[in-house]
Amino acid sequence: MDAMAITSIFVLSVFVGFEVVSKVSSTLHTPLMSGANAIHGVILVGAIIVADHSENNLELGLSLAAIVLATINMVGGFVVTDRMLEMFKPKKDASAAAKKEDEAAKGGQK
Amino acid sequence: MSSTWYSLIGLASGVAFILALKGLSHPKTARRGNLIGAAGATVATLSVFLYVTPGKDGAEAHSLPIHNLGWILGAIALGLIVGVPAARKVEMTQMPQLVALFNGVGGGAAALVAIVEYLNLGDTATTAEVIFTVFTVVVGCVSFSGSIITFMKLQELMTTRPVVFPGGRFVIAGTLVAVLGVSVWVVVALGTTPLLVLALLSLLFGILFVLPVGGADVPIVISLLNAFTGLTVAASGYVLSSTLLIIAGTLVGASGTILTRLMAEAMGRSLFGTLFGAFTAKPQAATGAAEERPVRSGSPDDVAILLNYARRVVIVPGFGLAVAQAQHTVRELADLMISKGIDVAYGIHPVAGRMPGHMNVLLAEANVPYDQLAEMDEVNPTFGQTDVAIVIGANDVVNPAAQTTPGCPIYGMPILEVSNAGNIIFLKRSMRPGFAGIENELLYDPKTMLLFGDAKASLTKVVSALKAL
Repeated sequence: MDAMAITSIFVLSVFVGFEVVSKVSSTLHTPLMSGANAIHGVILVGAIIVADHSENNLELGLSLAAIVLATINMVGGFVVTDRMLEMFKPKKDASAAAKKEDEAAKGGQK
Repeated sequence: MSSTWYSLIGLASGVAFILALKGLSHPKTARRGNLIGAAGATVATLSVFLYVTPGKDGAEAHSLPIHNLGWILGAIALGLIVGVPAARKVEMTQMPQLVALFNGVGGGAAALVAIVEYLNLGDTATTAEVIFTVFTVVVGCVSFSGSIITFMKLQELMTTRPVVFPGGRFVIAGTLVAVLGVSVWVVVALGTTPLLVLALLSLLFGILFVLPVGGADVPIVISLLNAFTGLTVAASGYVLSSTLLIIAGTLVGASGTILTRLMAEAMGRSLFGTLFGAFTAKPQAATGAAEERPVRSGSPDDVAILLNYARRVVIVPGFGLAVAQAQHTVRELADLMISKGIDVAYGIHPVAGRMPGHMNVLLAEANVPYDQLAEMDEVNPTFGQTDVAIVIGANDVVNPAAQTTPGCPIYGMPILEVSNAGNIIFLKRSMRPGFAGIENELLYDPKTMLLFGDAKASLTKVVSALKAL
């Protein structure tokens, strides 16, 4: 890839990165950080590429270690973020209760 | 699969990450955003197995299957076996340190990738490639060791107070100079030894860099190291000619930087003060003398009586509520008070707990109605009309020292002004100061009543006492 194309991609990504999170309530700071943390786990892709290129045991060993760490970062990151956000779900009890009431009302009409 | 398809899939993953960050910025779309990000990462990973980028000299582009496939799959499986259960089983209260740990291993992975690629390229590396490799090794190692220290601080495996030793700032400055010097050495005289020295020095710098940061500021540092790791991933993308890594890494680097600034603002701190505050702060005076002063402690019945005759009560939750897992009990208490016609609100400090938004997540778990949660700016003017403020396992976020004691570690942080309320009840485990390690004058205030014990046990007793009235 030529340097200009890379620079363009880099600069544009910086601005997109700034833009997408510029207005976020403090409630979401933690999940957002955790989600961004999971995203940089795609270094897994790089780790797999270098494992493929590896020419001796040292290189292979180091790149396999990188794969393990990157997988933990990526998969663990997305799972823990999902668990945090699970708590924000619309209230189960309230909606379930509302449903029951609806059903009861319908039953009453019959 | 052709390289065009491979690039297109990479681009699609990049777009997925943008949508993921966008989604994560709004409560309604947050969960979906996270899933979109996970999907993008999965597709990106799978696509590598179908197409491999050119290796050394650009001549080694080979077709399937990729080399060392068995080893690679085994390593991924090992990562899954470690990562998924850890993320699944972790307690709510320990999530912050897990995120720190995940960030650290990500930084470590980026550094390892850069080292392998450096060994692999050998003498054929261009100067630009070497510079990006050096950057990745340095920042990746700093992120790794720094995150391990933040993990240990949050897990309380080591002191949460700022660690400052004589001449500390000179040691840190010296290490930084050494890192830069060795970096130049690596670029000029290519070799494995200088790179190894560089990695070790960077690890040391990461440790020294985080040690002086006080416990309450650790979340900001995690966020900063998170942005660092993003940048290393972008730099690896340059060395490996992967557009996807450049886009993903830069996105995280940029959004992480903004997020770090937002967090620092929410805590009323400058980033500089967070990182280097421990070096400039004056030693605290007269903290020892406070030990013997009298405090007023009460029984659950006293608390119940106070609440029974209140018209407005504000509940201020903190980390102690999370530790005791008392979110359901506190909701029970709130519901009981509401049924008695008492006006109840939760005063939520943006950084109560160990991470920004911690309390919102915790109370959401107990299905506390959203309209009862009042943010700091909303609730502060109302303390004057509040009869009772119940502080449950919080300390630093209500400590008036933040307003009155220049030079103390939390000075300048906005606080919940519970001292304006008619009565203050503190539910505490002990007289131990909060995470930031500062004495709280409010505990000795004549209108303060202390109820010692585990928050859940205490609240349960208060609820039954209030029911009996």
